Amino acid sequence: MKPEVKNILNNSVKSGWVLEPLAKEIIKSYGLAASKFVWAKTMEEVLQGAKKVGYPLVAKIVSEKIIHKSDVGGVVVGVRDNNQMLEVFEKFSKLDGFDGVLLDEMLSGSEVIFGSKNDAQFGVVVMIGIGGTAVEVYKDVALRMAPVTKEIAVAALHSLKGIKLLQGYRGKEVVNLEKLAQAVVKFSDMAYDLKDEVESMDLNPVMCNKDKATVADARIILKTK
Amino acid sequence: MDLKKLVEPESIAVIGVSLTNPFNPANIIYSKNHYHYKARTYGVNPNGGSIYGQKIYTSITEIPDKIDLAVLAIRAELVPAALRECISKGVAGAIIISGGFAEAGRKDLQDEVVKISREHDFPVIGPNCIGIYSHPLIDTSFAQNERLIYTRRGNVSLISQSGGILLDLIIKLTQEGVGIARTVSVGNKAVVDEVELLKYFKNDNRTKVIGMYLEGFNAERGRLFIEEADKLNKPVVMFKSGKTPSGLKAVSSHTASIAGDYMVFSEVLKGSRAMEVETVGEFVSFCEAFSYYPKTAINNNICVISVSGGHGAMAADCCYTAGLNNVAIPSADQDKLRSLLSKNIQAIASLSNPLDLTGSTGDDDIYVTTKFFMDKDYVDCIVLLLLPYVPHLSSDIGARIAQLVMEYKKPIITYMPHVDKYGIFVDGFEANGIPVAHSVSGAITMAKGLARRRL
Repeated sequence: MKPEVKNILNNSVKSGWVLEPLAKEIIKSYGLAASKFVWAKTMEEVLQGAKKVGYPLVAKIVSEKIIHKSDVGGVVVGVRDNNQMLEVFEKFSKLDGFDGVLLDEMLSGSEVIFGSKNDAQFGVVVMIGIGGTAVEVYKDVALRMAPVTKEIAVAALHSLKGIKLLQGYRGKEVVNLEKLAQAVVKFSDMAYDLKDEVESMDLNPVMCNKDKATVADARIILKTK
Repeated sequence: MDLKKLVEPESIAVIGVSLTNPFNPANIIYSKNHYHYKARTYGVNPNGGSIYGQKIYTSITEIPDKIDLAVLAIRAELVPAALRECISKGVAGAIIISGGFAEAGRKDLQDEVVKISREHDFPVIGPNCIGIYSHPLIDTSFAQNERLIYTRRGNVSLISQSGGILLDLIIKLTQEGVGIARTVSVGNKAVVDEVELLKYFKNDNRTKVIGMYLEGFNAERGRLFIEEADKLNKPVVMFKSGKTPSGLKAVSSHTASIAGDYMVFSEVLKGSRAMEVETVGEFVSFCEAFSYYPKTAINNNICVISVSGGHGAMAADCCYTAGLNNVAIPSADQDKLRSLLSKNIQAIASLSNPLDLTGSTGDDDIYVTTKFFMDKDYVDCIVLLLLPYVPHLSSDIGARIAQLVMEYKKPIITYMPHVDKYGIFVDGFEANGIPVAHSVSGAITMAKGLARRRL
């Protein structure tokens, strides 16, 4: 484990989970692609950051107190311009534990979820699933013991019923399955490396298109010691 | 841990034999092994004396013979001291039949057993189990011989977390014509668990197939089990119970909320070479298929040859449900095959898959048709649906078809109604190395097993 990762994890022990911008730093250090983002804490930083990320963008609340951001209206998708950006900042700054705004690049593509958890019988396992928020309804997921090889990652992806949705079903964009499988391998290496500190993770969604698989949101829950 | 002497003992001591109660589990185990199995058998009771004219020893240390295996059927509190005596005697391992440990709230007693075992590298099966059946050496189950069935000698070994289910599975496999190598009931699996047994069976020449009934692995042992199973070149077939979620825990990640214990189990198995089955029927069919074809894995292209249209149609449905492909037969091949058939059926046989050779067919046409497809690369496995009511079918058919399996190294699976009357047809196949299912779906499930296998 790299020292900067260790450092982030140590600083997150108190809240029990890793703030999204820091979680994205961790996943980038394991070679996964993350959306372009800026963590801005003041009005000036927000406007500068928005210029860097570019409109339209996604604004997300950063707060140690808020793990489920959407539940409290802490995610605004498609922020168009500075006016709307400032409105969002105003609204977010009133939320519990406000620690800035995450300005995130808008990504297009098919939504895939990567997850990991520590299982009592099998140790750390990784999950891949298709369908964004619907994944909890359809449960179209595959789970394998981490770390996985490329071959296992490919076979696991092909075991999903929804794999057709990634292969250009009825005119949808074809997903680069090679890049997606590579990302699964990297994620499984990361999950295995962090197994003593991390209880479970969601990279949800990972946006997949013909070029690459990019992590748009990351949640890392730590073990309670 | 070395389990060889424990599973294949030359001598055993049964500790806890009663001088007054012939139905005491220890007495049943003692007399069954003494009279019916090969291992030299000695009884132990602290009061000494004799039963059935045989001397009962006051302690295992008093027995004037080297003892490979001790079978303990005594009160749980007495077990730790008895284990220490076994170790001082130089016994190679023990089976604890007795209950009254972790399953009854006495985890402390079980922990003591584990501690003694680990300190002396002394393998222990159980507690709370029926132990080992390893013909012709021992059978430590406490059911009298007359309550059990005669099993066939064979190459399927079983590991079970439940003694009752184990005996049921032995019966079901035997009824289906599957032979048993050895069986182990692991009970609370305080020391020896599925991982240790897989290592033993890996080197056991008699075992070619491993069937398992499992409720759950001990903490972190699932990972080791999968690693062992993936290294093993013998098929592992597993039936699991305890699939129902045990109530919702509050979890903060999607992954933890979606991936319940059973989902993880089932998915991890899909990624391994071990095969989870959904029903006991599927368990029996898979074990049967691998028992006959222990080194075979196929792609999913099946050719069904029947003597009745209805049976073919049923088989086609079963193939579809099982994810198998009823392979399409090129029309040129159909024409070629038709030219090879006898005048009896040449005009009436239906030669698209599933083939219907009709009730007018006989041994020669079945042989010719089977041989024809054994030689075709687009067919991975042939399922023969035969009915003894067909007048021209003879009891020689099994032996003739078996020659084709030897020649072409391609599996054939047969269906034939299983009643005593048709035994001569069934034996013709089974005695010559071809499995016979007693239902059409059973035959297709065997093919499914071979297609699931990864070598």
